[in-house]
Amino acid sequence: MQIYLPVAELSVNWLVLLGLGGGVGLLSGLFGVGGGFLMTPLLIFIGVPPTIAVGSEAAQIVGSSVSGVLAHWRRGNVDVRMGVVLLVGGLIGSTAGVQLFSFLRNVGQVDLIISIAYVIILGLIGTLMLIESANALRQASKTGSARRGKLHQHIWLHGLPLKLRFPKSKLYISAILPFGIGIGVGILAALMGVGGGFILVPAMIYLLGMPTSVVVGTSLFQIIFVTANVTFLQAFQNQTVDMVLAILLLIGGVIGAQIGARLGQKLRGEQLRGLMALMVVAVALKLAFDLIATPEEMFSMGETERH
Amino acid sequence: MMVLRSLSLATALLGLLIVARAHAQTVVADLSAHEIAITAGFSGTELLLFGATDGEGDVIVVVRGPATTMNVRRKSRILGIWINTESLRFRNVPSFYRVASSRPIADITTEGMRQRHQIGVEAVKAEPARNVTPAKLAEFRAGMTRNKVRQELWDDTPEGVTFLGPKLFRTTIRFPANVPTGVYNVEIFLLKDGREIGGQTTPMRVKKTGVGAAVYDFAHRHAALYGLAAVLVAVAAGWTASTAFRRG
Repeated sequence: MQIYLPVAELSVNWLVLLGLGGGVGLLSGLFGVGGGFLMTPLLIFIGVPPTIAVGSEAAQIVGSSVSGVLAHWRRGNVDVRMGVVLLVGGLIGSTAGVQLFSFLRNVGQVDLIISIAYVIILGLIGTLMLIESANALRQASKTGSARRGKLHQHIWLHGLPLKLRFPKSKLYISAILPFGIGIGVGILAALMGVGGGFILVPAMIYLLGMPTSVVVGTSLFQIIFVTANVTFLQAFQNQTVDMVLAILLLIGGVIGAQIGARLGQKLRGEQLRGLMALMVVAVALKLAFDLIATPEEMFSMGETERH
Repeated sequence: MMVLRSLSLATALLGLLIVARAHAQTVVADLSAHEIAITAGFSGTELLLFGATDGEGDVIVVVRGPATTMNVRRKSRILGIWINTESLRFRNVPSFYRVASSRPIADITTEGMRQRHQIGVEAVKAEPARNVTPAKLAEFRAGMTRNKVRQELWDDTPEGVTFLGPKLFRTTIRFPANVPTGVYNVEIFLLKDGREIGGQTTPMRVKKTGVGAAVYDFAHRHAALYGLAAVLVAVAAGWTASTAFRRG
């Protein structure tokens, strides 16, 4: 049952990897997120070095997103024009993110920054989403003036120059906003070993005001290109992409994602978002606890060179 | 197969005995294999070390992996969060270390001998890269040792060297799945009354073979191509799965 991961240089149970890929893939198909925000911490938890986890996870997200996007593509749920604007920003952001990752690794603070980034971003987004879906569920029966949460005030950003028409999303807004979102998500994608869907999806709904039907497909479309960029750069610059690991996660992941995409159509939007919000908050709390709790071992070590 | 192996082992031991007879107070030993191949299904392995002594004595076997530089970091609490605040680098640290002996090490060696030959986890050589107070050095050194032991790369609770009769001895050396690659050194010491009266050194190698080795080489020697291949494989896998599911 053991398989040797050649780049990570360690041996793991391949059934565990398939199971992890399947479980996280299911969520990926269900929510339109890459699942990296769960997979990366889980890989680290089973003993994969953080740098390898981040690099290999990027490769896995490429595959699972391709598989996920095709299902949405056939149903016409991808806003390609919006996706392209987002991914131009995403490519710039993720390239910068990989450089930042290398720098933090050299000064020994990469694990800390990754954890803090997770806690802040997941905590914030999870809480906002929980409030939002609680309100949505409460007001589901009422008609007319459904409040949209406090992020609505940012709508002035839509009026910036370089206005573009996005027919699929029924939007006529400045390209600067999705471009900026792309950059921000790209940096985080590279740094945290995620696709960034858990930020993109809420940003597209609440900041851009895109219709929920095209959000998942469009975010997957953008994630493919950003994580492909991260995979290439991590492999090229840091040699931290283990393809044996990535392929095993992929096999489980693509199967899970297909099931998730089908399941997603049978569930209601509010329930889905509420469920995802709970998960995001749970991961944030766990990571926050790990930062604060007294560690069992004060010392850690890393190999800097082999003679 | 089993019979053949025992036979070849017996022949080898006979050869060793003859060699051992030639020198006074000598120890001669050999490994069941001088190379460990890390294949796709590798999950650790054991090597058998067998040998013969000429005359009575105690035997200690020390196995050391290739030297590395280790950066050891210590966490402290800042604003409620545990952060790496101090670090100390150690040079020429053996990436792998095992010791086995026929009797407890403290009973058959002196402190000087343990330090000189790096016998026991506490005696493993590790040169700090900068000058620090002895107290701090000891703390970081102990921290590194705990980490190494937890990763099963260093072992201070060895399986014993067992004697089969007065002169023949054997021990098994366990290598975990995370064994570092490179050239290893196996030292065998023959001791009597706290003095070293014989010794032998034999090398061995740990290397990756097969698909794993090919992937590792590809990833490190042609990093850009590997990166492109990784992306293509991922895209192809996703596409294949999606198509398969659509038909099904």
